[in-house]
Amino acid sequence: MNESITDVMNAEERLVFALRALFWRYGYRPYRMSKFEEYDLYAKNKDFLISEDVIVFTDKGGRLMALKPDVTLSIVNSVRVKKGEVERLCYNENVYRVPKGGVSFSEIMQTGLECIGDIDAYCVGEVLCLAAASLDLISQRFVLDVSHIGLLSAAVASLSLPKDAARKVCGYVSAKNVHEIMSVCRENGVSEEKANALSELTSLYGTPSDVMPKVKRIAELFFAEAEYAELSAALSVLETSPFRDRVRVDFSIVGDAGYYNGVVFKGFVDGVPEAVLSGGRYDGLLKKMKRDGGAAGFAVYLDTLAPIFRGKESFPGNGAVTESAESVTGKKPVYAKGCDIYEV
Amino acid sequence: MRSERMLNIALPKGRLGERVYGIFESAGLGVPSVNDGGRRLTFEDADVGVRYFWVKPSDVAIYVERGAADLGVAGKDILLEYRPDVYELLDLGIGKCRMASAGKADFNSYYDSGEFPLRVATKFPNIARDFFASRGRSIDIIKLHGSIELAPLLGLSDIIVDIVETGETLRENGLIVIEDIVEISARLIANKASHKFDFERIEGVVGSVAKIKEKK
Repeated sequence: MNESITDVMNAEERLVFALRALFWRYGYRPYRMSKFEEYDLYAKNKDFLISEDVIVFTDKGGRLMALKPDVTLSIVNSVRVKKGEVERLCYNENVYRVPKGGVSFSEIMQTGLECIGDIDAYCVGEVLCLAAASLDLISQRFVLDVSHIGLLSAAVASLSLPKDAARKVCGYVSAKNVHEIMSVCRENGVSEEKANALSELTSLYGTPSDVMPKVKRIAELFFAEAEYAELSAALSVLETSPFRDRVRVDFSIVGDAGYYNGVVFKGFVDGVPEAVLSGGRYDGLLKKMKRDGGAAGFAVYLDTLAPIFRGKESFPGNGAVTESAESVTGKKPVYAKGCDIYEV
Repeated sequence: MRSERMLNIALPKGRLGERVYGIFESAGLGVPSVNDGGRRLTFEDADVGVRYFWVKPSDVAIYVERGAADLGVAGKDILLEYRPDVYELLDLGIGKCRMASAGKADFNSYYDSGEFPLRVATKFPNIARDFFASRGRSIDIIKLHGSIELAPLLGLSDIIVDIVETGETLRENGLIVIEDIVEISARLIANKASHKFDFERIEGVVGSVAKIKEKK
């Protein structure tokens, strides 16, 4: 009996284990949720769900319950953070929803983290760094695309479009559909300068050092300097990270769920045709639940990794070598132990 | 970030696909074996670094969204109906037609009355639903797979929502266009992940194709 625990794990289990170890080292303590939530939570926050379809049943006491379609909503609903403090939590949970384009419910394994409370730009930067480190555990060929919903919203708002046209333009930005953006702007009498600036913002793709000077110029035109500063501050945390050259600024990233309102990001690994990680800042959800402070987090969608799981016992990334993520933020990590967070 | 890999391009089978291939060929991305004839569905040239697939036009977006193809050319009707999560990088300006509602020539004001739900026969239920929802008109969708023009003639539906090119088929069946819904043309689409890992090469193809389009 010389096998270690990791010897008997399959590739997915090993990855989950490595991710949890990474989060733990940065002070994120595991958080376990009940499988069920009262349906009322989702009914009141449908705008914040990726898919509105929820599996509902009547509990013994007659209460209408639901199988979790989303983890973030449940965590924000359950966790109370004292003023001035930050709670760092990580999870590994199944959610139940209809995947995009799907025809029936699926059980989807999600691993992720949430940083809730009195958060600042550094916290958002730390979450970005951990997202990059998580991708590195999956595959060494990855990119982390970062955007800012507030900056994009300010740009679209400054076009003074009718509501329906503004909604369409947001969709065109996420599809990098410059020809339709120009067409809607022409139809609605938007100035050529602003239409061109939004098109440029849509087409931009590159490292922060290449792209951010252009974003700054565009943000000034749309009076979105505060949003630019927020994005810039979060990205600056990554400058000391070993993953800085894997980060791209891309405003086609708009976030899957409706609760994102600041920095948003998605992670891609070579060989998987869709995002394998998604996250961002979601202060709006806390505000709606009448809580103080802000929040940021992300989830790794393990179900999307099937193309690189197949026939492999380990990942092409650093999944088995969790030490690689030791200095993801360029600073000394903090470790979680039980319910406490302490420095080593 | 990627380099050596073949760039996979899904083209719609048929006349439109042949025109699209002509544009790619003019852009320096030709694969001579395409002209060999026969029933082969894939053609590649390692020197050019490109592989083409001929697929059913309505399937192009699925191939691209699922990453089987990095690039593809699909009609705007397909993109609006199936809403694939892809980048729409260029309007090729070919295969132009329009999506319209049509009905019998003696069709009366019932279209706008709102007294009863309008029975709409169509191959494009999402486009029809979105269009009538935007004007607050309740409808009853009847999903058909072909010969849509028959539906109002046999009383199966009040109107149809379908693609109109010349309008000849409608005229021959005693139908008239009631209202244009959206302009349709062929669009160059890209898988989102491929666009990130092969950014320079894909943007290079888009730029070359755009130049050919401008010349035409």
